[in-house]
Amino acid sequence: MDINFSAEDLAFRDEVRDFFATEFDAETAQNLSGVQTASYKPAIVSWQKKLHAKGWIAPGWPTEYGGTGWSATQKFIYETERGAAGIPDVVPFGLKMVAPVIFTFGTEEQKARFLPSILSSDDWWCQGYSEPGAGSDLAALTTSAEYAGDNYLVNGAKIWTTFAQYADWIFCLVRTTKDMRKQQGISFLLIDMKTPGITVKPIVTIDGKHSLNEVHFENVLVPRDNLIGEQDKGWTYAKALLAHERTGMAEVADSKRMLRTLKQRATEEVNGGQAMINDPVFQLRLSDIEMELMALEYTELRVFASMAGGGMPGPESSLLKIKGTEISQAIHELQLQLAGSYGGALQGSLTGEELGHDYAGEARGKYMYGRAATIYGGSNEVQRNVIAKAVLGL
Amino acid sequence: MNFDFSEEQTMIKDSVARFVRDEYDIDTRRKIIDSEEGISRDFWNTFAELGWLSVPFAEEYGGFGGTVEDLVAVMEELGKGIVVEPYVSTVVMFGGLLSASNNSALKEAVIPTVIDGSCMGSFAFSERQSRYELADVATTAVACDGGFRLDGEKTVVINGGSANKFVVSARTSGGQFDHQGVSLFLVDASAAGVSVKSYKTMDGQRAATVTLANVVVAEDQLLNAVGEGMDLVDQVMPSMLMALSAEALGIMATLNSITVGYSKTRQQFGSPIGSFQVLQHRMVDTFMSCEQAKSMLYRSLCQANDCAADASADTGEFMKSVHALKVTMAKAGKQIGEEAIQMHGGIGLTDELNIGHFVKRLMTINVTLGDRDFHQKKFNQLSYSAS
Repeated sequence: MDINFSAEDLAFRDEVRDFFATEFDAETAQNLSGVQTASYKPAIVSWQKKLHAKGWIAPGWPTEYGGTGWSATQKFIYETERGAAGIPDVVPFGLKMVAPVIFTFGTEEQKARFLPSILSSDDWWCQGYSEPGAGSDLAALTTSAEYAGDNYLVNGAKIWTTFAQYADWIFCLVRTTKDMRKQQGISFLLIDMKTPGITVKPIVTIDGKHSLNEVHFENVLVPRDNLIGEQDKGWTYAKALLAHERTGMAEVADSKRMLRTLKQRATEEVNGGQAMINDPVFQLRLSDIEMELMALEYTELRVFASMAGGGMPGPESSLLKIKGTEISQAIHELQLQLAGSYGGALQGSLTGEELGHDYAGEARGKYMYGRAATIYGGSNEVQRNVIAKAVLGL
Repeated sequence: MNFDFSEEQTMIKDSVARFVRDEYDIDTRRKIIDSEEGISRDFWNTFAELGWLSVPFAEEYGGFGGTVEDLVAVMEELGKGIVVEPYVSTVVMFGGLLSASNNSALKEAVIPTVIDGSCMGSFAFSERQSRYELADVATTAVACDGGFRLDGEKTVVINGGSANKFVVSARTSGGQFDHQGVSLFLVDASAAGVSVKSYKTMDGQRAATVTLANVVVAEDQLLNAVGEGMDLVDQVMPSMLMALSAEALGIMATLNSITVGYSKTRQQFGSPIGSFQVLQHRMVDTFMSCEQAKSMLYRSLCQANDCAADASADTGEFMKSVHALKVTMAKAGKQIGEEAIQMHGGIGLTDELNIGHFVKRLMTINVTLGDRDFHQKKFNQLSYSAS
């Protein structure tokens, strides 16, 4: 067994590290800290354009469409360095979700039409999957698309649509044929958000912020050219994408960084004159999490090593998603606990100085919105169903 | 980067796996446990012939020249059969200390007899009051004519009844808890003043109380210099913990596989119980715990390899991983053992079924060389208290 990278890979790591250190400045970090602020969209677009200029915006794409041509190891190193540096991931809906469907199942015309503006971050995409009546049971979706002339006529509603308020395009699963088995009769449709009949309604979440939306479709006309692949085969395309989505969810590097911050803060927070880091009960809570994370780091490396050896990410990616999200939630919880009574204080117009505490609001926000992590991307219960079936053969 | 065992390691692993599968079923094991000595000397000789007893020893003493990774490969498979022959006490612990000792005359004399199967050994470290602190040593060693005179009592000496020789920790200077001043002596089980009272332990193995009264041991039987015994113990401890953890991993994987298999055949309410989601999710949780435990073992192994290859490697991080490993094994072992019994239902409580025997070995491993709380406290001291 050997955990070490080659000299070549280490040189690549240094290059990535240097690039992040010089290009991701404090102002960008500040502007990206809250998704609800006016500065968020321009800041993330500008950061993504920097990555595009460097040629690093789409590690997962084939080189012919603008991918990096990196080895599996280089991709892994890149993601690890990004998480360790505290740099947010690119907005995934265009680059990581719809683009792989387009370059895998789309026509040449669709690739030429959609991929360049995704790569350059000139078009913002959102995902139209979940519906009020179709959450974990996604195939129960009822948004309909009736074929009429050269168009589809779309009616229905999508929900939990992240960043729909910023989006130029939405990729949707819609029902094109009603009397088939529920996974069949679903199609994959690309819809321009400016089309008449689309309304976006904000959903404010329990952290008091707005990133989620409802998207309503009322007699929305979508050209036939916007259909991906064959009509009624959309479920197959979406499933290929879901496996893609799950592999990126262990977020070990991000959790390691959060844990470092947490430990640093625990040396500054005191109770009875004693630093919290020296409190034996707090230490137990901390080490329960830290040890799980140490193990997960190697679980992720094991999955990565098998992929680098030519294997595919299998149902293990479900394990990474379950454990990764449970650990990040546990860190959020301990962070909020560390903030003590300040965790409940809504800062409003006060500064941290006036309030008497600086990170409590952030800790509360992360804890509250962080509950989403075990729900989205296939809830952790659905992931357990996947492992029970695919790994344990139950 | 790779997490594969080498070709050589895979061969020895397969050879242990074949033995467990073909020759060590639960009834064979039961007969061995019920025999007078509680182990099979025939099987021990087989182990010697197959070269398993030579794994950690240097080639100059006739050994295989293996690393802790080789030991782990063997132990994981022995765990799958809950093999009661004293591999841990003789090869891993007694052999590990001997192998790391700087007394080459002693090594030349004893190691070949371990390898050929004629000498069983045990590390006698525990005392009534010491719990898991190996430096808490009240047994004394006083210089006398002919070497040292040892007096004291050692408890829960694993496989003490079968051992020909003991490595005994005894205090040559300092107070009862001092790290310095503990010396390690090789003591013959037949030496005058040594008495051994053997008893059965719940995991089907044996342990003993060993009393030392005016036992005279020659100076050339010291494993390291006088007073430097704990340095040797500290050096070998990570390998001992990793080997035990590998055994635990083999047991946990076996328990999970037996339980999943049973859930597919056991019918209740007209369906196999494995079709019920409430049980499926619990079996997924035990599967994930086992995978996480394996990852922690591999983490420790990779760091052990790095420390062996490069003196400037971070041994603090390595020790954190080793303590975390023992904690992880204890947590996962408890969960997997309890769930295996629960999901089997009433039959899981019977002595006849193998499940309970696997569980009892896991429970014993937890309290061998420090339990979950002991190691979590050590981990916390290394990780947080310094800051």
